[in-house]
Amino acid sequence: MRSNEGRLPDSVEQPSSESTSALLKELVAHLRDNRTQLREDWARRITESRLLTAMTREEIFAEATAVYDNYVTVLETGSVEALEAYARDLSERIIPRGVEVHEVLGIVLLLRDVLARSLFVKYQSEPPLLSRALDVYEPAANRIATTVAVGFVQERERIIRQQQEAIRELSTPVLQVRERLLILPIIGVIDPQRARQITEQLLRGIRHNRAKVVVIDITGVPTVDSAVANHLVQTVDASRLMGATVIVTGLSPEIAQTLVTIGVDLSRMRTVGDLQGGIEEAERLLGYKVIREETEEESEEEEPEATT
Amino acid sequence: MLVPILKQRDFLIATIQSALTDDDLLQLRDELAERVGRCRSRGVIVDVTVLDVMDSFAARTLRALAHMVGLRGARTVIVGIQPEVAFAMVQLGLTLGDVETALDLEEGIELMQKRAKRSANRGR
Repeated sequence: MRSNEGRLPDSVEQPSSESTSALLKELVAHLRDNRTQLREDWARRITESRLLTAMTREEIFAEATAVYDNYVTVLETGSVEALEAYARDLSERIIPRGVEVHEVLGIVLLLRDVLARSLFVKYQSEPPLLSRALDVYEPAANRIATTVAVGFVQERERIIRQQQEAIRELSTPVLQVRERLLILPIIGVIDPQRARQITEQLLRGIRHNRAKVVVIDITGVPTVDSAVANHLVQTVDASRLMGATVIVTGLSPEIAQTLVTIGVDLSRMRTVGDLQGGIEEAERLLGYKVIREETEEESEEEEPEATT
Repeated sequence: MLVPILKQRDFLIATIQSALTDDDLLQLRDELAERVGRCRSRGVIVDVTVLDVMDSFAARTLRALAHMVGLRGARTVIVGIQPEVAFAMVQLGLTLGDVETALDLEEGIELMQKRAKRSANRGR
């Protein structure tokens, strides 16, 4: 008895899969039939809500058409794969134009509302059928909204990662200026990960170029805190273990003041005011002598140190 | 694992051939301190190129070695510390103190010869 009673409401709430798929077909047919009108409604509401202001009306309409068709396809097949690909492609096109996450989410939710409204209108005379139609429609619509939003965010993250990678690659060149003399100009903020990478790159550079002296120029580093200072000290120590002397140059008065104030011990570090001074000091250490010729044009001559 | 010690003019070269146990390190330290006196060497080069780890014991023993050899009148140069090892050492806070280092054996020998020449000139 009880089990029968328990089952009864279930069968009412959960229509058989056959009738669900029939309803879904009906829905899809409805959305296809009213494509032109719903699409226009949607595009109009996007403009009214001042979304996608970076795009022209024609572009919005073209994208709206594509999204609409994709939307209906997803409802029909239940597979979001094609939509995922489209969302990626769409994001790729609109991200460079400055479209924000809230805009993308906004337009997808607007479409959901527009279509839901049209369902209300279609089924307003039959509330039970409306409720069933919404049961079918809502999960699919939510899934679509999620897919598009996630696709957009993933694309943005991919771009951010790519740029980070590019910045990282660019920002720490280890350059040889003379035999056994490397310079390492550091530009930008040093975070722990970058500090580690700089050190590794420098150590590899020391081995590869058989360097004896390294000049690290931090003119381009905006701020130095205790963490950065410690990274520098570590880099200097590690280089020393490989038999190379490190000269740090380009400490601005502000940075010097900060370091003194926070009390970082840089006594083990050789520092010189600017890059030029650093290179001159390095040349002295290596026994190079740069002599200016008497002629008009400047030329440099290197002489190995006469061992005394 | 025994570390071969070669006598090259007035300095000694100890080339570590494989990972060493703590006992091996201590033995190397004592052997070098003893050989410095016997061979009347002016310097010792310890080549650690093959080591891919340097723990605190190894670092401390090398420091001690340098001080012992120093007390017996010779200088020590550690050569061939790999970039990865150097990086790991500073991360762990290990240092070799004021022990001299050089990139590789060639550099170490050059350093020794330069110093020998310098002191010879000074003695003149």
